[in-house]
Amino acid sequence: MSIRKVDVFLLSISVALCLFAFIFVHASLTKKSELPALRENSKMVRTLEITDICLFTEARYTRHLSMADLHTPFQDHPMSLEHFPSGALITPPPHLRQYVQDR
Amino acid sequence: MSRIDKHRNILDFALSSLLRRKRKNIALVIMYTSLIFILASVIFFTEAIKREACILLENSPEMIVQKTMAGRHDLIPDNYIRSIESIRGVQSVRGRLWGYYYEPTRRANYTLTVPEHFSYGTGYIAIGKGVSRTLEAGKGDLVPFRAYNGSYVSLEVADVMTAESEIISSDLVLLSEPDFREISGAPGGFFTDLGVRVRNAKELPVIADKIRRVLPDTRPILKNEIVKTYETIFDWRGGIVMVILMSAVFAFVILAWDKATGLSSEEKREIGILKGIGWETSDVLWLKFWEGAVVSLTSFFLGVILAYVHVFLASFILFEPVLKGWSVLYPEFRLVPFIDPFQIMTIFFLTVLPYTAATIVPSWRAATIDPDSVMRL
Repeated sequence: MSIRKVDVFLLSISVALCLFAFIFVHASLTKKSELPALRENSKMVRTLEITDICLFTEARYTRHLSMADLHTPFQDHPMSLEHFPSGALITPPPHLRQYVQDR
Repeated sequence: MSRIDKHRNILDFALSSLLRRKRKNIALVIMYTSLIFILASVIFFTEAIKREACILLENSPEMIVQKTMAGRHDLIPDNYIRSIESIRGVQSVRGRLWGYYYEPTRRANYTLTVPEHFSYGTGYIAIGKGVSRTLEAGKGDLVPFRAYNGSYVSLEVADVMTAESEIISSDLVLLSEPDFREISGAPGGFFTDLGVRVRNAKELPVIADKIRRVLPDTRPILKNEIVKTYETIFDWRGGIVMVILMSAVFAFVILAWDKATGLSSEEKREIGILKGIGWETSDVLWLKFWEGAVVSLTSFFLGVILAYVHVFLASFILFEPVLKGWSVLYPEFRLVPFIDPFQIMTIFFLTVLPYTAATIVPSWRAATIDPDSVMRL
């Protein structure tokens, strides 16, 4: 008996669905195993009074994004254009934008 | 024949029909998969960063008070501590010392921080994994720092922080207050900013308001503002994220538009023949639905699974050049996979549904006209 195309397709979709379910299982297991490290990091944030995560180290206003002031992107002179790649990747903190609106 | 058997037969026919145009459809699946892969990678990455940052920063200081001068962050004198301490509801105020250090030989930027209790004492430092990597320094090594006046201060590495903490500590250099002042030139009696603790967290906005009134040249930053900064860090309106999303959406619009604007004459003739040999309009629509579903489901599963592997198992290697920018010291960390059904549904509704709909509309138009005129095309 020859195998029909529909059976091959349904089998492939079932395998894909199993892999899909495995993603959620893997995510859940990884979260559980990473929890102690996350707690440890959280403790470190408290003791060292850390205010920002370390994503970018090229510019001070993207390294400590929440601590940036309104003028940080104009590093060289008031007409200087923002020139660090990370500055194009992230948005300014909402409290800075609010501060501009309130003025 | 049961309904299931009928659909199995139509699906079998749809697969044969897709395989007849093998090259075109494989190219379509590759393109469609790449599109979903990019979208899913961006969604997985940004959500994971946001959630991890928010969990970590829940423990950040309740309030930071900065002094500003001509719109820029300036050193804050210690008499500000007494002014803030006198405000009702304030529990304690601590002067924080931190700053940046540019290492000219490696061209890397480090963050110098003075912890409240630095157990190793003067002459020692504790460094993050990223600093250790760029300096090629480990426990017991001496690291020379060029001070503000040109002299050199050598400090011994007492500890290297764990690789698991790189997301917060990669570029950190922890040191004692005298060493920090010697390197940075920060005068005694001045701090980088102030960390304020309050008795009741609900009073934070009121206390911040009072600080602003008592000390008009200061800027209080609250914990919820720090957390919100990272909740909105990769906003869809922000720069490159928007460029990636818009490119993906436009590519998808072109793909769907191509499908929706009409069928090829070969496809129309096929529909005509099917109707001519007795297929009903609903059967033809089911056939086209299954054709669309096979292509979009295959691409959807492949795209999402590949995106998961890319972001959470391969350390988002394709995004690395964008994230690195010009920085020499780049934190190496693995993200905790914070994925939920909502993200998957968002990707599904953004890609699979419009594509499937786009394949049915032109087929419905072709299936409702006279088979004879379609076959003559």
